[in-house]
Amino acid sequence: MSVLQRDPQDQVRVLDEDGTVVGEVPDIDDETLVEMYRYMRLARHFDTRAVSLQRQGRMGTYPPLSGQEGAQIGSAIALDEQDWMVPSYREHGASLLRGLPLKQTLLYWMGHEKGNEMPEGVNLFPPAVPIASQIPHATGAAWAKKLRGEDDTAVICYFGDGATSEGDFHEGLNFAGVFDTPNVFFCNNNQWAISVPRERQTASETLAQKATAYGIDGVQVDGMDPLAVYSVTKAALDKAKNPGEGEGRPTLIEAVQYRFGAHTTADDPTVYRDDDEVEEWKAKDPIPRLESFLRETGRIDDEGVEAIEADVKQRVADAIEAAESDPRPDPSEMFNHAYAERTPEIQAQYEEFEALREKFGDEGFLRE
Amino acid sequence: MSSQNLTIVQAVRDGLYTEMNLDDEVLVMGEDVGKNGGVFRATEGLWNEFGDDRVIDTPLAESGIIGTAVGMAAMGLKPVPEIQFSGFMYPGFDQIVSHMSRFRNRTRGRYTLPMVLRAPYGGGIRAPESHSESKEMFYAHEAGLKVVIPSTPYDTKGLLISAIRDPDPVIFMEPKLIYRAFRGEVPEDDYTVPIGEAAVRREGTDVSVFTFGAMTRPTLEAVENLEDEGIDAEVVDIRTISPLDRETIVESFKKTGRAVVVHEAPKNGGLGAEITATIQEEALLYQEAPVKRVAGYDVPYPLYALEDYYLPSVARVEEGIREAVNF
Repeated sequence: MSVLQRDPQDQVRVLDEDGTVVGEVPDIDDETLVEMYRYMRLARHFDTRAVSLQRQGRMGTYPPLSGQEGAQIGSAIALDEQDWMVPSYREHGASLLRGLPLKQTLLYWMGHEKGNEMPEGVNLFPPAVPIASQIPHATGAAWAKKLRGEDDTAVICYFGDGATSEGDFHEGLNFAGVFDTPNVFFCNNNQWAISVPRERQTASETLAQKATAYGIDGVQVDGMDPLAVYSVTKAALDKAKNPGEGEGRPTLIEAVQYRFGAHTTADDPTVYRDDDEVEEWKAKDPIPRLESFLRETGRIDDEGVEAIEADVKQRVADAIEAAESDPRPDPSEMFNHAYAERTPEIQAQYEEFEALREKFGDEGFLRE
Repeated sequence: MSSQNLTIVQAVRDGLYTEMNLDDEVLVMGEDVGKNGGVFRATEGLWNEFGDDRVIDTPLAESGIIGTAVGMAAMGLKPVPEIQFSGFMYPGFDQIVSHMSRFRNRTRGRYTLPMVLRAPYGGGIRAPESHSESKEMFYAHEAGLKVVIPSTPYDTKGLLISAIRDPDPVIFMEPKLIYRAFRGEVPEDDYTVPIGEAAVRREGTDVSVFTFGAMTRPTLEAVENLEDEGIDAEVVDIRTISPLDRETIVESFKKTGRAVVVHEAPKNGGLGAEITATIQEEALLYQEAPVKRVAGYDVPYPLYALEDYYLPSVARVEEGIREAVNF
């Protein structure tokens, strides 16, 4: 029986908080399991450094992901190469796995449009900032795949618990149900939409049960258990591509988790939530949990962990150096992509802009 | 009347506090406005003061926030919903233009919506994507709405109180670049600054410079710098985008015969176009030079690495004024 065939309130788990196996371990090879751990460590270290860069004034406002590595990596690693990912603005780990280099993520949050330039062959949408607005896009993208007969392709879309209050969530999932599109809607229920708790978003007992209203499957998973996340995501992706008799393609996954830090570096979570709650959730940290499982089952040892630690630090340091040494964007880029070709008005504005820069120099032009 | 030295965002808070104290029907609602005191702290402490029923943390849903405020206002409450950033007003756009602006007209005056929709707007604070736009003209184009944009702490409180007391719906856009840039004297008691009246910030004879919101600062600075070049400019702070105080605009222009409009919104269809047309219609024979618009460009608002190049700088404003004067 599929892992998806269960009551939406029945939470899927594989590892308990200590990393002890309490469910069915998914069929993943050893190498992939260790990669999962490596990427979770990479995402955590990247996140820590990114917050620090923001604090030092080397980067703008940044949305931290710590606590959510299990959900991001556990789900993203289940995708096939041809699948598409539609992220919110917090999926730095999932996007990395999809093929967006860390340097690009840094550039975006450093205010460079270039951070959104997806490398060739990377099936990833740019981060969507307005809440839930990317959900209908994901439905449309999956719909297009279906209309074109590309039945081996599914689309995963990430959003938070707050997004389930938006009209776009309803409309995106409703279309997906009606048109039976190959979608996996992945809700990172991290408990807080900035300062507003999940209970203030909805009176529903779970977010997964909202799927029922759209005639699609809903499943709740322990989002801090990367193996459980992998299991449900893999099953949902497989069903999206190859539904069984009488099965629908789309699935709503509610991954129950916690963000350890602020919503973004612009808010102070101590104003709205208790330290006790944070500590309670930190005990469920997905990283030591997976590490403990990997050690217990002989897949990794001290040496392996140290090597990963060194590798992770190096990769993040390299990405920061690469992003910071990237040349500042050329100001004239601003005029290049509003349309395929500059309109006469934009061309005239561009010429005036360049003439003024020429006349005053950049320092003079920007003088305040 | 005793007064305090407040920033603009503190003046917003003070205006809300003052009016909520005076009128039990005024309530504040939105995302994070309660316990958290608003993402910019514009509602700080109000939840402690007035409780859950008057300072309401809502689900994350702009259409829901604006739509339910429409219903509340129709029932006689005076809701002041906050949208966290004006870039997120669009999910509620349908509610704004299909309902908020039209309720009075549709019911032939039987019902009206005494609500104020507040949102921080504009760029220059190194914010992420969708957090810096200047789209005040969307709302100015819609009949039935009033659109107010203050530029000083004093005006902020006085205009906000006027907006709350106004029987019609008001869009109150707060220039977040200057939320905390400076302080000004703000009376502790309630007072009003009239909606629909521009303010002459500086008198001059050579050229009229029309601006509002965050751009009043670089404009005043540019004008001061140009004194050395012998240019005596008048600066008019528009303050209310709709209804527009055409009389003050035309009067100033008739005196100087030259005009520059400074705004951070895109040039195309910006307030500069409306001011220029007004001058053409009402003061053509006084005109000594083409009206110069110093504005944002007609491109998507760039991520912040380039926003300084997008927003009118002092240098650009100065050059615009020189062009108008030296034509």
